[in-house]
Amino acid sequence: MHLKYESQLREPLVYGEKTYHQVTEDICRPIEAKPSKLWYIGFFIAVALLLFGVYSVYREVTYGIGQWNLNKTVGWGWDITNFVWWVGIGHAGTLISAILLLFRQGWRTGVNRAAEAMTIFAVMCAGQFPIFHMGRVWMAFFTLPYPNTRGPLWPNFNSPLLWDVFAISTYFTVSLLFWYSGLIPDFATVRDRAKTKLRKHLYGVASFGWIGSTKHWQRHESLSLVLAGLSTPLVLSVHTIVSFDFATSVIPGWHTTIFPPYFVAGAVFSGFAMVQSLMIIVRKVFGMEDYITMGHIEAMNKVIVTTGSIVGVAYLTELFMGWYSQNKYEGYTFWYSRANLFSPYGWSYWGMMACNVISPQIFWFRKMRRNLFVTFFMSVIVNIGMWFERFVIIVTSLYRDYLPSSWSVYYSPTIWEMGFYLGTFGLFFTCFFLFAKYFPVIAIAEIKYVLKTSGESYKDKMAAIEEQEPDEFAHAHAH
Amino acid sequence: MAKKTFVVGCFDDEAVLFPAVKKTRLAGYKIHDIYTPFAVHGLDHAMGLRETSLHTAGFIYGITGTTTALSGIGWILTKDWPINFGGKPHFALPAWIPIMFELTVLFSAVGMVLTFCYLCQLAPFVKKHHFHPRATDDLFVMVIETTAKTNVEDLKGFLKANGAVEVDVQVAEPGWWLGRYDKEQQLIRDVEVA
Repeated sequence: MHLKYESQLREPLVYGEKTYHQVTEDICRPIEAKPSKLWYIGFFIAVALLLFGVYSVYREVTYGIGQWNLNKTVGWGWDITNFVWWVGIGHAGTLISAILLLFRQGWRTGVNRAAEAMTIFAVMCAGQFPIFHMGRVWMAFFTLPYPNTRGPLWPNFNSPLLWDVFAISTYFTVSLLFWYSGLIPDFATVRDRAKTKLRKHLYGVASFGWIGSTKHWQRHESLSLVLAGLSTPLVLSVHTIVSFDFATSVIPGWHTTIFPPYFVAGAVFSGFAMVQSLMIIVRKVFGMEDYITMGHIEAMNKVIVTTGSIVGVAYLTELFMGWYSQNKYEGYTFWYSRANLFSPYGWSYWGMMACNVISPQIFWFRKMRRNLFVTFFMSVIVNIGMWFERFVIIVTSLYRDYLPSSWSVYYSPTIWEMGFYLGTFGLFFTCFFLFAKYFPVIAIAEIKYVLKTSGESYKDKMAAIEEQEPDEFAHAHAH
Repeated sequence: MAKKTFVVGCFDDEAVLFPAVKKTRLAGYKIHDIYTPFAVHGLDHAMGLRETSLHTAGFIYGITGTTTALSGIGWILTKDWPINFGGKPHFALPAWIPIMFELTVLFSAVGMVLTFCYLCQLAPFVKKHHFHPRATDDLFVMVIETTAKTNVEDLKGFLKANGAVEVDVQVAEPGWWLGRYDKEQQLIRDVEVA
C-alpha cells in the first residue's frame, strides 16, 4: 500500500466529487463539442489581425525598413520592444512547468498545459521581430553557422546578437519538446474516446501509439524531470541573453550589470500576467472552475506581486546608480530622459512605474488576490506596463545619447509598425484558439495523478488521518 | 513476433491494484505489462522493473553538446578564420559560454526525447494492440502472459478474487506496426491465405 496523504490545511487543487473518468469527461468536453459562436467570433478577429500583420510585413519586406519610422539614432524602436515583450511573456510557461515541477508545487498541474502552449506561441511571435528587422529577410539564414561558399564566413560567436539566435531557437525547441511529450498520453486519451473516424485517425497519429505501459510511464517521468531540470537554467539564460543584447553595449541606460536578474524577474512578471488573462477566460468559457481554482489564481497573483516588486527595486537601483555613478551620460538618461515627467518620453517612464510597481501592490491583500475582476484588470495593466518598460529602455536610451548633433526627432511608429505588432497578436490568438479547441487545455494525466491527494472529496477523508497519533499513523501507512 | 494469449484483468483503484500485483508475482504468473491512465508512482518497483537509464543518456547528449560548441567555436575563431576584435584574444572563452550552455541543453533535450521515443517505440502512425480502451481513461489494466502450462480459468478466478472488475482473454500481437487507429488492421504475416 502506498501512502497518499496531504494536509487538510492545503486548499484542494480539484473541486467537486471527481472520479478519474469524470476528469477525462470534463477536460475532453470542449474538444468533443462543437465550438461556440463566441469561439468563431474570437477566431475570426484573430485571423483578421493576423492578415493585417501579414500585409504590414509584406510592405516592410517589399519597400524596406523605411516603412517604419526608425531612423539612424533610434535604430531599434517598436520592433525590438515587441520582441523583448513577447519573449518575456514566453517565460511563464516554462517557469510553471519546469521550476514549479522541481519545487514540487502541485498547483502547476492545473495551468501548465495552457501556459506552455502560450509560451510556444509567444516565442513564435517574438521571433518574427528580429527576423524581419534584418530588412533583407531572405538572408536570415546567414546567422546560422554552416560551411558556406563565402570563405566559409562564420557568424561572430562573441556577439550577444548571435547568442540570442541560439538562445531563442533552443528555448523554442526545448519548450516544444517538453510540451509535446506531456501531450502524448493526453492525445491517447482523446483518441480512445473518439467517435468519428477522422478524429480517431488524427489523434491516433498525434498520440504516437501511446498505450500507457508502466515502463513507458517510468521513462516519461524521468524524461519530464530531466527536461524540467534542463529548462530551469534555460529559461533563466534566455532572458539573461536577451538582456545582454543591451547590457554588453556602451549606451547609457543599457550598460548595467543589473540587467540579467532584472529582465528575468520582469519576464516572469509579464508572463504570469498573460497566463492570468488567458486562464480567467478559459476557465469561464470552458467551465473549468473546478480545475483552475481560486487557489491557482491566488498563487499566480503572489508570483506577480513578488516579481513586480523585484522589478520595482531594479528601477530604483538604476535611478540610484544614475546619480551615484556621477557619470553625466547615465545621469542624463535616468534623471532627464526617464524620471523627468516633462521630458519628451517622460510619460512612458511614469506609465511604466504606475503599471508595474505601484498598481500590483494591491495584491498584498488576500481579498484582491482572489477577486477575478481585479486579477483580470491587473493582468492587462501589468502587460501594458511591461511593454512600456521595454519601450523606455530602448527608446529613451537611444534618442539622446552622447552627441547632441545626432539626437533624434521625436520617434513614433508608422501604421505598418503597429500593424506588425497587431499581426503578432493575431498569430498568438489564432494559435491559442486552435489550441483551446483541439488540444486538452489541462493536463489530464497530471490532474489524475494529484486527484486522490488534492481532490476536494478525497481530502475530506484525510481528516480522520489527521486525528491519529503519529505512531499509529506510521504503523498503518509505513511500507 | 507471433501472437500470444494474454489474460487481462482491469482494476478501477490503484489501492486494489498494488496488492494484486504483489500476489500475482508471488503466485508465479508473468506480468506482461500494466497499462495505466497516469504515472502511478511505485508501480514500476512493485512490478520489479529496473530503473530507467534515460537520464544517463541525457547527460551524455548534454556533454556532447558542450563539446561540440566548444570545439566548433574554438576551431572557427582560432584556426579557421581568426578575427581581431579590438585586440582581444582569439580564444575568448567567457564569450562562448552562452552558446556552449545553449547547445548543451539543446542536444540533451532533443537526444533524450528521441531516445525516449525509440525506447518506447513511439512515432506518428505507429499502432499497438490496445488491451482496453479505458486504460487511458480510468482503468488500470494488468496483462498476464500465458504459457502452455497456464490454466486460464484459474488465472481468471485469481484476478477476480484479487479485485479485478473485468477479466477477459485476448490473443494479440505484443509488438508494434504501422497503421491507422480508425481502421482495424492485422499484420500481413498473420493473415491466413485461403
